[in-house]
Amino acid sequence: MKRALQTAEAPGATAFINARLIDPESGRDEPGGLLVTGSTIADLGSHLRRNAPQGAEVVDCHGHVLCPGIVDMQVFTGDPGQEHRETLKTASFAAAAGGVTTIICMPDTEPVIDQVALVDYVQRRARERAIVHVHIMAAVTRGLKGEEMAELGLLQRAGAIAFTNGKSSIANARVMRNALLYARDFDALLVHHTEDPHLSSGSAMNSSEMSTRLGLPGVHTFAEVIMVERDVRLVEMTRGRYHAATISCRDSLDVVRRAKSKKLPVTCGVSINHLTLNENDIGPYRTFFKLRPPLRSEDDRAALVRGLADGDIDIIVSSHDPQDADVKRRPFAEAADGAIGLETLVPAALRLFHSGEVGLVPLLRAMTINPAKLLGLPTGRLAKGAPADLALIDLNTPWVVDREQMRARSKNSPFDEQKVQGRVLRTMVDGRTVYQYGVTDRY
Amino acid sequence: MTMWWETPSLHLPCWARAFKSTTLMTIQATAPALFSRRHLLTCEGLTAPEITSLLDLADHAAELNRQVNKKRDVLRGRTLINLFFEASTRTQASFELAGKRLGADVMNMNVSTSSVQKGETLIDTAMTLNAMRPDMIVVRHHAAGAVELLSQKVDCSVINAGDGAHEHPTQALLDALTIRRAKGRIAGLTVAICGDILHSRVARSNIHLFNTLGARVRLVAPSTLLPTGIERLGAEVFTDMWKGLEGADIVMMLRLQRERMQGNYVPSTREYYHFFGLDQEKLAQARPDALIMHPGPMNRGVEIASAIADHSRSVIRDQVEMGVAVRMAVLEALARKLPNH
Repeated sequence: MKRALQTAEAPGATAFINARLIDPESGRDEPGGLLVTGSTIADLGSHLRRNAPQGAEVVDCHGHVLCPGIVDMQVFTGDPGQEHRETLKTASFAAAAGGVTTIICMPDTEPVIDQVALVDYVQRRARERAIVHVHIMAAVTRGLKGEEMAELGLLQRAGAIAFTNGKSSIANARVMRNALLYARDFDALLVHHTEDPHLSSGSAMNSSEMSTRLGLPGVHTFAEVIMVERDVRLVEMTRGRYHAATISCRDSLDVVRRAKSKKLPVTCGVSINHLTLNENDIGPYRTFFKLRPPLRSEDDRAALVRGLADGDIDIIVSSHDPQDADVKRRPFAEAADGAIGLETLVPAALRLFHSGEVGLVPLLRAMTINPAKLLGLPTGRLAKGAPADLALIDLNTPWVVDREQMRARSKNSPFDEQKVQGRVLRTMVDGRTVYQYGVTDRY
Repeated sequence: MTMWWETPSLHLPCWARAFKSTTLMTIQATAPALFSRRHLLTCEGLTAPEITSLLDLADHAAELNRQVNKKRDVLRGRTLINLFFEASTRTQASFELAGKRLGADVMNMNVSTSSVQKGETLIDTAMTLNAMRPDMIVVRHHAAGAVELLSQKVDCSVINAGDGAHEHPTQALLDALTIRRAKGRIAGLTVAICGDILHSRVARSNIHLFNTLGARVRLVAPSTLLPTGIERLGAEVFTDMWKGLEGADIVMMLRLQRERMQGNYVPSTREYYHFFGLDQEKLAQARPDALIMHPGPMNRGVEIASAIADHSRSVIRDQVEMGVAVRMAVLEALARKLPNH
């Protein structure tokens, strides 16, 4: 099936009729239709609501939302090196089922993606096997050790879309300053995991009454805030483009807000987990809720949701991080961090819409046009000539998440057995349908 | 205090049946057991009647343990496994003795020679042991929540003998028994727990237990050894030991581990002893009849002056004795829930 998808003739025309068109870039939210020819959007608008041109395949959307495909800026795979957790192929199938049309792969692999040859390798693997767009965020320091800069310029030329130190922070401020300075010369974006490694070492969860009750070593939110604060100072000094990968608390958000008010090139992201879950979900040592940064208090979660609604949080990521049972079925402090999220990103995000906390347009904006713009990608918008990367979303149908039904190779989903509302019905990448709910086979 | 032969027969343990008439035995057989759980994992969540029933049971056991023939047969045919992932002298010995005195077959798993050292996961170890069909497993593990995780994977009863910095419920029960026997009550007493609260499962179990039983709990430690939000578990926090011990009925010292003495949490042993070691001067702040307790093993001259450890008001050795009694009570109470077929 995969081969068929890859080698098919350039797709013909597809007409989506009777849709609710949402384009977060322009703020468009209206009934209408959309015409895809080849791999691009040929036309869209209310005049196409009921009219499909001759010869086009017609998709009746029944009033469901047709929006740009999701751009997920933080996806961990095990490809290369840890293929038993996730490959580019399985990740892309999971992405397609989640309405995600572009995934940005993190360099935390074995070996670490810190060389041109590895960028080439992953790109080739993705071309051969993946059914969604795959881009690579390369390592900013060799081996992600936070000591010596990788070949940023050459990596960028090879196709690296941005740079990051993956799941670890650069503790050495001088290395960070030089990386920001040097990356600025290439107009490259530096994405940073913000956590002071000394303050957070050995911790298993947020430091709180909850961690005290459970007897688990906790890390205070300040371990993150201090790092964000330091980074913002370095950006002030260097003017390098900086993105805090996933912040998790109110105080970090305040630091980012202040940086933005000073017109610094600072943006921030948040994982869907930190918007929809809190530390109490850990309950009796449930390791699927062991994340990094850890789940925080309800106050912090609520502050992040407000930040998203206000537009201070730029991007939502799934932070898809597959971990197999061997490393999750352990005592909490010894279990691996991370949760899968590609397939539950949209339904989980819709919780914020259904609860009335965030409007649909700002919610989708943070998952489509914002990451696309930040990374300089042409996708993430409904516009004539834009790539036909689309997601058709039913906002309302309730269902219960079942990890056994997921396509991701590892099943560590914190949303397992949870009730959600809304699901992705169809996903199109470059004019090809790569997922259709109830129709597309499991691979 | 009430002696075991004077208490109402409702709480009589099975091994005391021999001393009673047949009529009473019938009553016992139909009497509801107040403590009826499959596992003993935490003190958090135990109710006051549950705790009291365990303490009553332990009281009887304590008396029986002072007799020449200590052997009973309530656990005859049962298998008890002591699975200790962390070194322990008194807890393990205490459980072993308790199991043997009740007639169970007791096996000690020495972790340094077990397959855990060969990379087997906790769950695999649990499944392997489970296949040997034990009736009860006593577990100590260095990670919080490990015992609970194990309890989800086995068919037998699981007793937490300490998991990381989480809980150590039988220690809190033996502390409560020691106090109840010495003071005649627990409600209304002021209990000061002093030392490394941050890493202490004993402190957490005691906070829950004493709150449930109506005592007032105080915590005395330097701020570096106090976990976030500990006061919300129901305790008054002091960083000044002189103030913290004022009017206390019970002074409970905790062990400060050697690796935490040098600079990371406290600057030095000497400084720690000066501010947080229990000596005559600080003890004088407590009530004149205050009891001195320590879960052991003690660092004499670090958290407690040697003379204080051997003080007439020290009940540290009673704690050890009550440890066996409490563990017998727990084993017996859990055995009631074991399937008989």
